[in-house]
Amino acid sequence: MDKINLKIYRKDPSVDEKEHYDTFEVPYVDGMVVLDAVRYVEENLDTTLAIRWNCKAAKCGSCSAEINGFPRLMCKTRIDKVGFNITVNPMGAFPLIKDLVTDVTGNWDILRKIPPFTPKELGPDQHFSMKQEDVERSKEFRQCIECFLCQDVCHVVREHYTDYFGPRHIVKAASLDMHPMDTIDRSTFLNKEGGLGYCNITKCCQEVCPEHIVITDNAIIQEKERAVDLTYDPLAMLIKGRRKKEKRVV
Amino acid sequence: MVEAYKTNECDVLIIGAGGAGMRAALAASDAGLKVIVVTKSLLGKAHTVMAEGGIAASLGNVDPDDNWTVHFADVIEEGVYISNWRMAELVAKEAPNRVFELEKFGALFDRTPDGRILQRAFGGHTYRRLCHVGDRTGLEIIRTLQDQIIHRKNVTVMDEMYITKLVLADGRVSGAIGLKMDRGEFNLFKARAVVMATGGCGRVFKVTSNSWESTGDGIGLAFNAGAVLQDMEMIQFHPTGMVYPPGVKGLLVTEGVRGEGGILYNNQKERYMERYSPKKKELDARDVVARANYAEIQAGRGTEHGGVYLDISYKGAEFVKQKLPSMYHQFMEFAGIDITKEMMEVAPTVHYQMGGIRVDPDTGATNIPGLFAAGEVACGLHGANRLGGNSLADILVFGKIVGEGATKFATSENMPGFDEQEINAEIERVKGLVHPDGLNAYKLIDELTTAMSDNVGIVRDQEHLEIALKKILELKEKYPRVSAPGGLKYNHGLLAALELGNMLIATEAIVRSAIMRPESRGAHTRRDYPKKNPEWLKNIICSKDGDGMKFDTVPVPEIPEELKKYVKPEVY
Ligand SMILES: Cc1cc2nc3c(=O)[nH]c(=O)nc-3n(C[C@H](O)[C@H](O)[C@H](O)COP(=O)(O)OP(=O)(O)OC[C@H]3O[C@@H](n4cnc5c(N)ncnc54)[C@H](O)[C@@H]3O)c2cc1C
Ligand code: SF4
Ligand code: SF4
Ligand code: FES
Repeated sequence: MDKINLKIYRKDPSVDEKEHYDTFEVPYVDGMVVLDAVRYVEENLDTTLAIRWNCKAAKCGSCSAEINGFPRLMCKTRIDKVGFNITVNPMGAFPLIKDLVTDVTGNWDILRKIPPFTPKELGPDQHFSMKQEDVERSKEFRQCIECFLCQDVCHVVREHYTDYFGPRHIVKAASLDMHPMDTIDRSTFLNKEGGLGYCNITKCCQEVCPEHIVITDNAIIQEKERAVDLTYDPLAMLIKGRRKKEKRVV
Repeated sequence: MVEAYKTNECDVLIIGAGGAGMRAALAASDAGLKVIVVTKSLLGKAHTVMAEGGIAASLGNVDPDDNWTVHFADVIEEGVYISNWRMAELVAKEAPNRVFELEKFGALFDRTPDGRILQRAFGGHTYRRLCHVGDRTGLEIIRTLQDQIIHRKNVTVMDEMYITKLVLADGRVSGAIGLKMDRGEFNLFKARAVVMATGGCGRVFKVTSNSWESTGDGIGLAFNAGAVLQDMEMIQFHPTGMVYPPGVKGLLVTEGVRGEGGILYNNQKERYMERYSPKKKELDARDVVARANYAEIQAGRGTEHGGVYLDISYKGAEFVKQKLPSMYHQFMEFAGIDITKEMMEVAPTVHYQMGGIRVDPDTGATNIPGLFAAGEVACGLHGANRLGGNSLADILVFGKIVGEGATKFATSENMPGFDEQEINAEIERVKGLVHPDGLNAYKLIDELTTAMSDNVGIVRDQEHLEIALKKILELKEKYPRVSAPGGLKYNHGLLAALELGNMLIATEAIVRSAIMRPESRGAHTRRDYPKKNPEWLKNIICSKDGDGMKFDTVPVPEIPEELKKYVKPEVY
């Protein structure tokens, strides 16, 4: 097969009342990804199509969309994996700007609320000393490219208008909590202010993460358990506190 | 009546939110100034996010003999003696401080067994010097700086704000005009000082490792405002970009692969770098390895898809996945190749602009009062060849310096005046591009980038440079007829039309400078002038001259005696 049948969502909410779909025929080239096909449209067939992309290397997290109903990076989704009849929608969890582009800036407001890195006093040589194995614990979470696909797929974020921060932001908090030099514990804060309790561990977020971050098991459940321990078990709090964290933020 | 544009005032306007722009913003914010950072992509997505291998700083954690003087000498020697010595000195001395600072901001570098920052080998560096976070160092730097920025009360970030013009008044830069893409709204920025941190221009070539935003906007904006450009002929080809499948042609294969022991082979299974560079082999400077790869491919010893082989599989799966996780996934997912078992196919790809806006090393000031520049868009540090890892050092060191330079200027100067007519004229120009009846900018961009990749490659000659120039001039003629259907809001067609203007300026400067330099030095290799020429130990500068460009040469600033002793004298 050498033609892709590409159906793309179109709407500019400032002028259109309803969305519609445009269908394009795009020539297939070996190894092509969905972003190549969408860009082919944008460059050759309809330059008014709004898309967002930057690195085309799955490194910046700009090109998130729903491809055949599944949240993915367009630049990382090979056509030969999803078939030649493709429908591309914008992420549904965020306000629409135009066509495939959504407004994800609300995420910066959430990030701003998470207590920042709060380091220990420096060693005598004014530098941190850390073991590689301790660094590794935080590293998984620091791979996040802020594509917000996990936010998009999370039914709590999407449908339930709660104050739940969403998986990306729990990952962020976990990356700070797991930093070997950080001194505060954000789990209780996440529970109280971040609506962590609303997450019912469906694990959909970790399935879509293009960075293969095991969001639910390694970040969310850990934060939940610590929050529970810290609230109900003063002994556990002492032990954990001594092990790593000196302060809690509530 | 709806206002034609929105007005924003600040002390320092920073154009670009890559490493250079964000570090500059922190410096101005530290001084208590009101800062606005604008970027054409989203916050946290700037090209810097792609950087892989690491940041060069002579901590000496792995090789205790390393220190700033060796780093300094490496910059000057590998830059083939046309770097600005003061910039090299500043980077060599300051890079360690910037790395430690990042760590204090929360960045997590890989560690040595005794708990210090681990450093890896990279081409052209005498010692193992690159501090790294696996092969995603850029991401760590961007996130760390972003965390700082979003918690600062005196810094405002306006993303998806495309700057179309710098505004001048009373002989100085007084601000800029931008189009807020997600709203289709014009914005005027009034600022006491403006910092250009717009990154490079790799996208003027067809095959490049650069992200979408690297279209040389900063070059075009500054040039049109009267700034002097320098060393524009010096374009770095990275020796190893992907070649297959076509959609990812040019995508970077980090030098970290060779740093961790990757070996290059031709289709005869010969480790040919032993022939081109018996001592340094795969880890010679980028220009040397890139030319070797090119020569092997030209000689018919290439791979099926026109590359050479790069092998790291012999190191074992566990090692590869731990040291080079992104590369492992990149090949697995884009090419269906398991690099722990198979060899990669790679070929040179356009990677970096050594040239750019000429600046004062100690402040980042350009020749235009009120205009500053730092990062890849600025020029001087890397000379004729940039060493891997030196760009991340560059953007942080000079990001801070330029932020301080702009702060000093902004605190001593009043808010400049504005020419309403000039602002309206610019808005009309941009609006004038929005109609359905003109030429599609994408088509012209395709012609331009193809001409650049075909004719201004790794080995150049007069004939091909002239072909490229002819094409550029032809497209320049056509440029006024470019248009984009649709409206002002999130219209990439319009953006392409605006970018093309800047791309034409950047390419003309590149090609004319390349024609002007009749020798082979660093990244600039001429088939018709294969030797280095002592008479060309100079920098080529370029600036606006009516509708055209004028060129000149300036001597390379003489290295003071107390620094000269660290550097091997140049041989011809
Ligand atoms: C794949 C890859 C890997 C690399 N790896 C390394 C490495 O390991 N080590 C190393 O030292 N270097 C590396 N480099 C080089 C290095 O990443 C870049 O040179 C450096 O990040 C440039 O940073 P910058 O801050 O100058 O600009 P950029 O990060 O390019 O940022 C430019 C900013 O300017 C904005 N901008 C541009 N034009 C406009 C406009 N008209 N209006 C508004 N905003 C605008 C952009 O949106 C962006 O925010 C690598 C490069 C690539 C491509
Ligand atoms: S596991 Fe929790 S955060 Fe993840 S998708 Fe399910 S509800 Fe949302
Ligand atoms: S956690 Fe994964 S899915 Fe969520 S934003 Fe980060 S990279 Fe994307
Ligand atoms: S374009 Fe950067 S992740 Fe797809």
